[in-house]
Amino acid sequence: MTFINLMAREINCKIVYYGPGLCGKTTNLQFIFDKTKPTSRGKMVSLATETDRTLFFDFLPLELGEIRGFKTRFHLYTVPGQVFYDASRKLILKGIDGAVFVADSQIARADANEESLDNLRVNLAEYGLALDKIPYVIQYNKRDLPSVMSVEELRASLNPDGVPEFEAVASDGTGVFETLKAVARLVFLELKKSGA
Amino acid sequence: MVNPHTVMYEAELNRIQTSVSALVQAANAKCVFVVDKNGQFIASSGEVENMDATSLASLTAGNIAATGGMAKLLRENEFTTQFHEGKNAHIYIQLVGNRVILVVIFDAKSSLGLVRLRVRKTSDELVEIFEQMAKKSAEPGGGSAFAEITDEDIDNLFND
Ligand SMILES: Nc1nc2c(ncn2[C@@H]2O[C@H](COP(=O)(O)OP(=O)(O)OP(=O)(O)O)[C@@H](O)[C@H]2O)c(=O)[nH]1
Ligand SMILES: [Mg+2]
Repeated sequence: MTFINLMAREINCKIVYYGPGLCGKTTNLQFIFDKTKPTSRGKMVSLATETDRTLFFDFLPLELGEIRGFKTRFHLYTVPGQVFYDASRKLILKGIDGAVFVADSQIARADANEESLDNLRVNLAEYGLALDKIPYVIQYNKRDLPSVMSVEELRASLNPDGVPEFEAVASDGTGVFETLKAVARLVFLELKKSGA
Repeated sequence: MVNPHTVMYEAELNRIQTSVSALVQAANAKCVFVVDKNGQFIASSGEVENMDATSLASLTAGNIAATGGMAKLLRENEFTTQFHEGKNAHIYIQLVGNRVILVVIFDAKSSLGLVRLRVRKTSDELVEIFEQMAKKSAEPGGGSAFAEITDEDIDNLFND
């Protein structure tokens, strides 16, 4: 649900980072926050447990500059990845314009990735949305760890449709902005297509 | 297509502004915010200089979404009002027309009773304005500037 303010000449888009617990969603936002000049971003709001697990959401407002005379603002959200927070996860998807699925590359997380991706499809369906109809990219995170699946294996299980995919090490920032740019690009293409 | 876009027009934004400014006066409030259910800031009035409107909008929407979720569990339609009492500042949250959220922040200079009374009138006004806006939004050509976006425009966004 792109939000266009004709008076302030602003467009606002909502991007949601989805994925299993501990896959690195919050770390993506934290890196973007750290590397963006303060004039181009607002506060990062994290509703987290005492052990830094996301409880409800993280929120980071970003300003990306102008397009056709409109200021573009992106509102980045993460969901809580732990399975039992499903009700909250569903709520965050409301009004989504683009999705990033962050997969954990570790072999031990293969099932968790697949379950989370299924869960994303189910929760989107509640809003009448389908993953292959919305701007959507996938990130294979934690490429720095020793026992990880190959990109081919990850692709076979998580990305059969071949959406844009990125290898990342969110903890040092590798691939983080590439992922964000790719989803932002798709959101603008969608805006263009819908002739808003 | 993802979702229909929400387009905010100048005429309606001006009416919203007038309406919330009147509410600040009538309710003796510190400030008033209007945000949409998806967490987008729409308008504000009063002493807002030191308020982080963007964060407030996102948290309010999260709060309404969470209570909406609870309402569902209880097979209630929606909890339309919330009140949080602090030591000095209080916050009154009203869901308007199931579409937007009105947030009133006030202190000892006002009272819950007065705020509740004044919010009623503003809600009615807002319902009417947003219905008007939704009709306009549904017409084609809302922000047709974007039909001409080029790849280059998009690349330029990230070049700084
Ligand atoms: N080695 C390594 N660790 C990472 C990477 N990305 C994130 N981490 C670490 O993984 C842990 C979990 O990261 P978070 O970003 O909190 O995970 P999350 O997806 O937000 O988890 P939930 O909030 O529970 O859904 C943290 O200790 C991060 O530092 C990475 O690319 N490599
Ligand atoms: Mg998190």
